[in-house]
Amino acid sequence: MSTPLKPLPAWADVAVIPLVNVAAAFVISGLVVLAIGENPLQAVQILLTGALGDLEGIGFTLYYATSFIFTGLAVALCFHAGLFNIGVEGQAYFAGLGAALVALHLGFLPGYSLVIVAILAAALFGAAFAAIPGYLQAYRDSHIVITTIMFNYIASAIMGYLLVNVMRVPGQMNAETAAFPANGRVLQFHEVMAWFGVHWPVTPFNLSFLLALVCAFVVWLLIWRTRLGYEIRTVGANPTAAVYGGISPARITILSTLLSGALAGGLAVNVILGEEHRLILEYTSGFGFVGIAVALMGRAHPVGIILAAILFGVLYQGGAELAFEQPKISRDMIVVIQGLVVLFAGALEHMFRRPVATLLARRTAQPPI
Amino acid sequence: MTSAAGMAPPAIELIGIDKSFGPVHANRNVNLRVERGLIHGIVGENGAGKSTLMSILYGFYEADAGEIRVNGERVRIRSSREAIDCGIGMVFQHFMLVPPLSVLENVMLGAEGGALLARGASAIRKRLGELGAEYGLEVDPDAIVGELSVGLQQRVEILKALVRGAEILVLDEPTAVLTPSEADQLFEMLRVLKGQNKTIVFITHKLREIMSLTDRVSVMRRGEMVATFDTADTSPPELADAMVGRKVILKIDKGPAHPGRVALEARDLVVRDDRGVVRVDGVSFELREGEILGVAGVAGNGQSELLEALAGIRPLNGGEILIDGRPLAAAQRNPHDERLIGVGHVPEDRHRVGLIMPFEACESAMLGFQHETTYGAGLLYDRKAIIADADRKMEAFDVRPRAPLLKTANFSGGNQQKLVLAREIERNPKIMLVGQPTRGVDIGAIEFIHKRIVAQRDAGKAVLLVSVELDEIFALSDRIIVLCGGRVTGERRPEDTNARDLGLLMAGVSDHAA
Repeated sequence: MSTPLKPLPAWADVAVIPLVNVAAAFVISGLVVLAIGENPLQAVQILLTGALGDLEGIGFTLYYATSFIFTGLAVALCFHAGLFNIGVEGQAYFAGLGAALVALHLGFLPGYSLVIVAILAAALFGAAFAAIPGYLQAYRDSHIVITTIMFNYIASAIMGYLLVNVMRVPGQMNAETAAFPANGRVLQFHEVMAWFGVHWPVTPFNLSFLLALVCAFVVWLLIWRTRLGYEIRTVGANPTAAVYGGISPARITILSTLLSGALAGGLAVNVILGEEHRLILEYTSGFGFVGIAVALMGRAHPVGIILAAILFGVLYQGGAELAFEQPKISRDMIVVIQGLVVLFAGALEHMFRRPVATLLARRTAQPPI
Repeated sequence: MTSAAGMAPPAIELIGIDKSFGPVHANRNVNLRVERGLIHGIVGENGAGKSTLMSILYGFYEADAGEIRVNGERVRIRSSREAIDCGIGMVFQHFMLVPPLSVLENVMLGAEGGALLARGASAIRKRLGELGAEYGLEVDPDAIVGELSVGLQQRVEILKALVRGAEILVLDEPTAVLTPSEADQLFEMLRVLKGQNKTIVFITHKLREIMSLTDRVSVMRRGEMVATFDTADTSPPELADAMVGRKVILKIDKGPAHPGRVALEARDLVVRDDRGVVRVDGVSFELREGEILGVAGVAGNGQSELLEALAGIRPLNGGEILIDGRPLAAAQRNPHDERLIGVGHVPEDRHRVGLIMPFEACESAMLGFQHETTYGAGLLYDRKAIIADADRKMEAFDVRPRAPLLKTANFSGGNQQKLVLAREIERNPKIMLVGQPTRGVDIGAIEFIHKRIVAQRDAGKAVLLVSVELDEIFALSDRIIVLCGGRVTGERRPEDTNARDLGLLMAGVSDHAA
């Protein structure tokens, strides 16, 4: 029997708790840095300068953030339906196949219609790959956590096979496809700025960022302002009430996993169409999993997800700089920090609730009725 | 209240308990004295502060001021564990059980007696047997709790407390979920417990229960303990006045019914539950416009399944449903299509089925009608329309506070129920299926809800009322059918019958056998 928690006011729930969680993660990380004999304050300084200190750093930071917004939204959408989609990694990987197939084989499409079709193909392939676990959850009662985890391995195996045996350029050592034609690429930011005569350092930061922001807004509209969103939230909050209200939980399960997979395809748009311009082995490099952390930290709200994605972007970019500047702090250290953020923001999300609630109880808590 | 020197100290003494949640003063300087070996009732409307007071006693909250004494000793109770150590056991209205575990495992939970279960299990199995024999509390220790009836689940809760050595048993509205005969069994058991010098605190809305069961009764109103009586020296009207601070009408004034055409007809319905057990076994009835047909019966005799099947939530395994004389096609037997045809449904369980607790009230107030263009004609919802619609419904049904943006969970039980009724009735259905409309609802709200249901009838609607409260069945119904074991055991008019007659039918003594 656990003691019921006093309800927190909304602003504390949305702002204070995530901040306290992140601060805790940083304090522990600081202790780890201290333990290996480095100055944590200096490390923070290098990290922040590396991520936000100049336009180049900002470009890389936002490039990573773009990936995290897509994967975070994908995870969050399923959260609202009460589903835990662990398979964003695999769905994004498979989405890369769709993007690559279009960009490589539909070159006859005029101008930028090629890249638009490639983006749609990425969404479609991501959705298709999510559809199977969604169907199994909806109609066969196979738990989506288990099936999506397994599907990550299936995606990895399929893509490995295709890239090594089928799509590799003959005579090439690397397991990757040929480069995409210019009209099969998402424009990078420095190219766009060059049109206006503004100089911007060359970074992978590309227009997918705008697409990510649009997706975040559309997800917000969908969840809180449409019938489908209402039905998704109802199924997530109370499936029995959903049935009573004439909503089919199975249909909502399928639809949410499809949309989630399509959003996962955004990772392929950013990385494959926006930066690499070819499909490469294991291009997702765990960004799909980071999406889980981003969604948790952002409390499944698009605004929170954008902020959390930027924080993780800072960690990725600043972390790379830090590993470069301070050889004792390796790239792995950054993974440790990320792990701690995941730990505090996700797994230990409720740890600071009680102290914060107690702190606020006298003034703002509501009575139990 | 007298306390002569030399008498045993009271089992529980609460002195000056005060508790606020922000601006809400839930308990104001509450004093309560519960003598050992007595059944002490606490009555009060929803939101009167009873649950808060008991949560303080059980260590869920700490009081801002005041002290608790158990057997004369001052104690500090900060957790349920400490309450149990003081010999206090609590049976909540919403059970704290693990449905997939067996009875034995549930009772053991937290009292396993070591890392290996075998020894503790056999000791508790033995104890369960003893308690079962002693108090008439038999439960199969190996039954899965989730598959037991509500009455038996409650029994498991009581056994849990007793196995932990509770000397003081607090029951929070225990009969809200029980059938009359289960309630009688509960009362019998509580009397046996009292005979063994256990102390019982009994929280309820129902004055009849107070009168028949308790030795002493305390009345709470708006956070204060306003009066304590010896039950023998008081009367229901006096208690009701103390509770609400005004006179209430316990009987509803309703004119004669003017039944019209048959709106809903059930022919030989057969319904199975989730486990495939036949719960409704060949039930037929006609429901006319302008009448209230009461379905009486001990809970678990098929009423819930009947109601769910009629509402399209549960599949029909046999028989036919006719609406306005036309059979309802299988494709239409779902909540969505039935709403379109004009069937409103107030489900038995507002927490689990009727509302979405974490949602804003205005979002709960559109459940089932979320597809309608009133809430926005295009792709997007019109938030203003949603809020305005909820506001109108809340005004019409006096839902308090009238705050469409407040979370559903933050309304009291009575106001939540009014919200469900508002949603279903305001849509003006031809047929209303109503399940347990006043379960866990305070007297003021009961009166309001009953009047609304009668008003529906007077407006020519066909109302099917499923209730395990005989008082409610009598007060509202124009005709009564009684279910037992999934079959109709009899049909009566309320003026031609009495509680004893219905009780026999509910016990399965059907017309033919009688």
